[in-house]
Amino acid sequence: METLEKDLSRDDQFQARIDADVRIEPKDWMPDAYRKTLIRQISQHAHSEIVGMLPEGNWITRAPSLKRKAILLAKVQDEAGHGLYLYSAAETLGASRDQMLADLHSGKAKYSSIFNYPTLSWADMGCVGWLVDGAAILNQVPLCRTSYGPYARAMVRVCKEESFHQRQGFEIMQTLAAGAPAQREMAQEALNRWWWPTLMMFGPKDSESPNTEQSMKWRIKRFTNDELRQKFVDMMVPQAEFLGLTVPDEKAQWNEARQAYDFGEVDWDEFWSVVKGNGLCNHDRLQARVQAHEEGAWVREAALAHAAKRAAREAAAVAV
Amino acid sequence: MNQSEWPLWEVFIRSKQGLDHKHVGSLHAADATMAVQNARDVYTRRLEGVSIWVVESTHIHASNPDEAAEFFDPAADKVYRHPTFYTVPDSIKHM
Repeated sequence: METLEKDLSRDDQFQARIDADVRIEPKDWMPDAYRKTLIRQISQHAHSEIVGMLPEGNWITRAPSLKRKAILLAKVQDEAGHGLYLYSAAETLGASRDQMLADLHSGKAKYSSIFNYPTLSWADMGCVGWLVDGAAILNQVPLCRTSYGPYARAMVRVCKEESFHQRQGFEIMQTLAAGAPAQREMAQEALNRWWWPTLMMFGPKDSESPNTEQSMKWRIKRFTNDELRQKFVDMMVPQAEFLGLTVPDEKAQWNEARQAYDFGEVDWDEFWSVVKGNGLCNHDRLQARVQAHEEGAWVREAALAHAAKRAAREAAAVAV
Repeated sequence: MNQSEWPLWEVFIRSKQGLDHKHVGSLHAADATMAVQNARDVYTRRLEGVSIWVVESTHIHASNPDEAAEFFDPAADKVYRHPTFYTVPDSIKHM
């Protein structure tokens, strides 16, 4: 084995470790492209968690009961936590927190487009939990086995917490769907708006996703976008039926031969348009983040100054 | 990049009495007190811990993974350090 390894180039040795399902850790040698891909993916993922707090934050003060409010607060706090786990994983690759935030604020870094859609009614809190977090879980569960150790460990933590998010969303939908006609209508209307954007969360079609092949080879990704999208539809159509709701896609029909649901084509023009910044809320989301960052600057500076002053005082006391 | 980034801290959590503190991740904080408080909020929202250690990341010194083979190699050929190396007669009990 040893002599064999010496004969291989560093890239080949790296790939051999990946193929043997050996996890890569921060100080291990890795190809630059692997590092860059991970920094991009993990920081985007972190940004999505942070920006993802905004559409739900919108409803905290208007939650219909104290119970719902407490749950929503806990969920939004989890999302902040998830963002922090992920930023910390990206930092093990040499990315700086300030640089990642600067890239988010300048628009250079992306986050999941789903958060550029508005949350117009309380039923949207149901759909965000049930559908959006449901899609996120499908993406994230395989990432618990991704090849980069710190990312995989962060995802284990995230996945443990995420399933409460989905269940509370489903419970909101269940309550509305079993409620008065106006509530049922509200639930259906929210499903109509969220269904297609949620399918877009899995990313472009495999045929138009140039990075997928390399990411699969490096075992960063374990399933392709289309595979996950199909799984999602197969899971969700029966759940919608259980709720007595209908997914807004006439083509969503069980295909006995394929043992899977057929479904219609996603509006890819809309997808790319939102990615490029033209969604309903792109501007607001980014502005809210930048504003929070700028208005918090004095707090960050003051905390550092306070720490420095205290450290100096302690040093002086020791000297005496 | 700029001086306003808070230092990075590594976080270790004891999940229950009797177990070791285990590394769980890292976070930024201005000082140790804030690091412990932030660690509570980031890493123990669901009773994952009964004790927290934080260490400024710059204070961690690590072995070099590129030299891991040579570094850990001396232990590889010393099978006699393991009890299974020795044969104990069947009639001998409690060993």
